[in-house]
Amino acid sequence: MTQLSSQPPAAASETAEATTLPAATSHPLIELWHAFRENHAALAGLIIILLIFVAAIGADFIAPHAPTEQFRDYVLVPPFWQEGGSIRFLLGTDDVGRDILSRIIYGARLSMLIGLIVVSLSLVTGVLLGLLAGFLRGVVETVIMRLMDIMLAIPSLLLAVVVVAVLGPGLFNAMLAIAVVYLPHYVRLTRGSVISERDRDYVIASRLAGAGLFRLMFITVLPNCLAPLIVQATLGFSNAVLDAAALGFLGLGAQPPTPEWGSMLADARQYVLDAWWVVTFPGLAILITVLAFNIMGDGLRDALDPKLKR
Amino acid sequence: MTAKTMMEARDLVQTYSVRQGAFKSASLHAVRGVSFALKAGKTLAVVGESGCGKSTLARMLTLIESPTSGQLFIDGKDATRPDKQALKALRRDVQMVFQNPYGSLNPRKKIGTVLEEPLVINTTLDKEERRRQARDMMTRVGLRPEFYDRYPHMFSGGQRQRIAVARALMLRPQVLVLDEPVSALDVSVQAQVLNLLNDIQEEFGLAYLFISHDLSVVRHVADDLLVMYLGRPVEVGPREKIFTAPRHPYTRALLSATPTIDPHARGQRVALKGELPSPLNPPSGCVFRGRCPYAIERCQAEVPELRDIDGVTVACHRAEEVMHNTASL
Repeated sequence: MTQLSSQPPAAASETAEATTLPAATSHPLIELWHAFRENHAALAGLIIILLIFVAAIGADFIAPHAPTEQFRDYVLVPPFWQEGGSIRFLLGTDDVGRDILSRIIYGARLSMLIGLIVVSLSLVTGVLLGLLAGFLRGVVETVIMRLMDIMLAIPSLLLAVVVVAVLGPGLFNAMLAIAVVYLPHYVRLTRGSVISERDRDYVIASRLAGAGLFRLMFITVLPNCLAPLIVQATLGFSNAVLDAAALGFLGLGAQPPTPEWGSMLADARQYVLDAWWVVTFPGLAILITVLAFNIMGDGLRDALDPKLKR
Repeated sequence: MTAKTMMEARDLVQTYSVRQGAFKSASLHAVRGVSFALKAGKTLAVVGESGCGKSTLARMLTLIESPTSGQLFIDGKDATRPDKQALKALRRDVQMVFQNPYGSLNPRKKIGTVLEEPLVINTTLDKEERRRQARDMMTRVGLRPEFYDRYPHMFSGGQRQRIAVARALMLRPQVLVLDEPVSALDVSVQAQVLNLLNDIQEEFGLAYLFISHDLSVVRHVADDLLVMYLGRPVEVGPREKIFTAPRHPYTRALLSATPTIDPHARGQRVALKGELPSPLNPPSGCVFRGRCPYAIERCQAEVPELRDIDGVTVACHRAEEVMHNTASL
């Protein structure tokens, strides 16, 4: 090669823009935390989730009453600030005289458990299947994707009912059933992202460096497919809680009198018109939890994206 | 001084099977009969327009794909269809720099991680040693070692290409395949990256396979030239000989299409008519005949064989006339 005659001042101008950025050397998790902390809304979401967790774990100490204790003289008592309300039952009582606040606090245990287990089950399996389908293509892809298409074609609650019918009723089987129902979403999402990423030059560069299939799938490509998955997972949390309630309603999930947000909602449906508090508070509990998860998920997605880091 | 032959290709062919409809399939000859020998410290430029098989050739040479037929030798070892063990060893000898510096670096990984990946996979060096080598290499390609903890999006195109070069060098390869390494860059930055490549070639005694469509760049970097058209080599030879007197009409057209600032240096423009024919259905005889101003009946009937004319291998029935024509212009 011949040396080119024009030699602009190389390093000086080229390096100028990057030097203004701060250099940071620390553990990736600490870095993630620093980026996450910047987002105040996401931080608020995290705090709410932590509070709910604390309430769920410490329910025995926090809740004013036992969740299944029926106060026969106080049926359908309104919340304390309304006429006829009592400080004894802060958020009122339901149709058999159980304290709603206590049931919500105890219900957090089951509802959070359902949400987390269902989301992690379907996320982990879905990502795995999606990665395999996206990377191996051919027969493996066809088998996985057609199976997912079949599952998508069946109405979700019906599919869940079928799975529970096969496995037998019970809370854990209901969670499994819901996880199966949401599986195709994660598989399709992952496969789509993988296919768009796997032929990019940086993946080929990793292959040239000698990376095996495992490394390519989990270390090179997966981090670049995370953004839509995080959003889907946080949204899936709420659906899982509601579907678990629906199964409970059909007698296939949590059995009464176990406190669980979804089934509280379902049981109180007939009192919507004359006792609003019976439906509203469990509904609010679900809403706030889901919102907190969504906001936190958004913040997590942004914190994981190096392009958005300052 | 006779340099060692680092990479040798003999009659490389790559054929893809393309599905047309549900039951029909056709074979697409992406590369046909490419042969060359690349010596240490030398640069072979592969030139041709889009779709001529340059990138397929690069994929074969970097062992991403195995050729359908033909043979490939890297540093004297057979690399045509290596088994897993051999492949692992051979990979260290051939590395690649990609065209688009914005797509060739993993956006989620820090520069340090990107540079160390080849070491993590192929060596047993500990963390400290890997870090030291990565920082060394960064200095060598003109990047400040402080950039170690930055992400790719914080860098300009030129800097990214330096990072890509550094990554390719981490395993101390013998051959570097450069797939249009400067065509995505600003002209002012092109010169810097070309100079960097030049310095590195001298320092490490690397053999370069330089893929490009930019003849003004090729003129600066190449020792030898391989001109391809529709998957076939049409002219192979030393740079000076081809640039002063192209023997193939396609090379001539390419050369005349290179813009120059000096109005007196502008020769007669040979404009090519028509499009590149489909490689699924190439013309009979010489594949270039449909667009060739010199085409005669013989070109339709007979595929021109590669033959040697004054030190340059060329595939054209009328090469002598073409060469003479240029000389008289």
